[in-house]
Amino acid sequence: MIETKNIYKTFGENEVLKDISTQFKPGRNNLIIGGSGSGKTTLLKCIVGLHEPTKGSVIFDGENFTEMNFEQRVPIRTHIGMLFQNSALFDSMTVEENIMFPLNLFTDMSKSEKLDRANFCLKRVNLEDKNKLFPSELSGGMKKRVGIARAISMQPKYLFVDEPNSGLDPKTSILIDELIDELTKEYNITTVVVTHDMNSVMGIGDHIIFLYNGEKWWEGTNKDIAKSDNKELNEFVFASKFMQAAKAKL
Amino acid sequence: MFYSLGRYILLLRLSFRKPEKFKVYWAEIMREMVSIGIGSLGIISIISVFIGAATTIQVAFQLASPLVPMSIAGSIARDSTILEFSPTISSLVLAGRVGSSIASQIGTMRVTEQIDALEIMGVNAPGYLISPKVIAGMCMVPMLVIASILLAITGGYIACVVSGDVTPADYITGVTQNFAGLTVRVALIKAIVFGFIITSICAYQGFYTQGGALEVGQASTRGVVYSCVMILFADLVITRLML
Repeated sequence: MIETKNIYKTFGENEVLKDISTQFKPGRNNLIIGGSGSGKTTLLKCIVGLHEPTKGSVIFDGENFTEMNFEQRVPIRTHIGMLFQNSALFDSMTVEENIMFPLNLFTDMSKSEKLDRANFCLKRVNLEDKNKLFPSELSGGMKKRVGIARAISMQPKYLFVDEPNSGLDPKTSILIDELIDELTKEYNITTVVVTHDMNSVMGIGDHIIFLYNGEKWWEGTNKDIAKSDNKELNEFVFASKFMQAAKAKL
Repeated sequence: MFYSLGRYILLLRLSFRKPEKFKVYWAEIMREMVSIGIGSLGIISIISVFIGAATTIQVAFQLASPLVPMSIAGSIARDSTILEFSPTISSLVLAGRVGSSIASQIGTMRVTEQIDALEIMGVNAPGYLISPKVIAGMCMVPMLVIASILLAITGGYIACVVSGDVTPADYITGVTQNFAGLTVRVALIKAIVFGFIITSICAYQGFYTQGGALEVGQASTRGVVYSCVMILFADLVITRLML
């Protein structure tokens, strides 16, 4: 389980996050939603240690991650997988090498074991025959899937996903969402997804926190959203006429 | 300026932390050595031959007096090449070729979140990205400079044969007489220092890139400019200290 306790983050005069406390439990998709500039990605970066919170702390299974130095964080980081918005695959490496990269650095597996693991991860994301391709030869959806394969290569306990659907067509978006959901449930991973895609919210949102102006404005499940009378949440989720019509039918 | 200097020193300190796995870093060092050394051999060879030839012709032109033996042209061309032209001009060219490549490569990795990906995995990103380049630079630039010296002296010989300003025999006599080993030591120390300057400054510029493609280009340009200035400054300091 991951816990954030009273997280604040400021950049100069700009207070981006204000007193964010929540718990992300394993085996469910924890979604962070909110409008552009609401602090979603900043919160995610504070949790994984790419930004240091100005105040507050992040706890990974009882261990205070915020207070740790670089070396102390390494054992926890080897249990973290992350899918970036633009996949962040290493351009100079093939798909297979990208997936094997953390295995090369942090395990004593033999080359054949690493290859087996890479093949298993690629099979899991339905990209079995793409081992030798470079990231520049892949489509956006394929890059996301390779990113997921790399993220799960070390059998992570925590999976962080930043805007998994950005730049993807609706069908591929749903496939990526389903894949994240399957992996979360199958391996009992604590998954945290930053998104503003309503299909993701309604499809896989087991636990959702809604950020508004850097504050945690609402918390619940996808089933609670339709019943919520939170004005800002309703304006955000049901912004389109299609979603308003869908809500009216409920 | 002091802020940048402090950040540069801290980045270098982070770069030389204990590696996660020496085997992986060793492979990176080898890859960088090939990229910096073999990849630059062509351009260094071309400029060295021309520098050697041009220097010999110019020295011969200045030694118009019949009282001065023409073999001196060979000695002057040799010492100028060893002490100044090969280490300094080669390094200025390498700053353009290798330095810009390092800054843009690391800068692109920064803006496309590849460095963030390394950090999330628990990899010491400065160590993995910068130390192999710095080590490779400090090993390969001296080798390129040795190659440059040999090729420049050969270039001088070719100029003598083609132009006839100095006879090849005089040139060889000049090149071989009164040779001081110190000049080669100075050239190699310069080359090691210049290799460090090129790789570390350009890596620093790339590592702290923020923004997008435009900023990557700017970081690359800054890396090359700062490297060139620092090479010339270090050239002066080493020359003053050692000669």
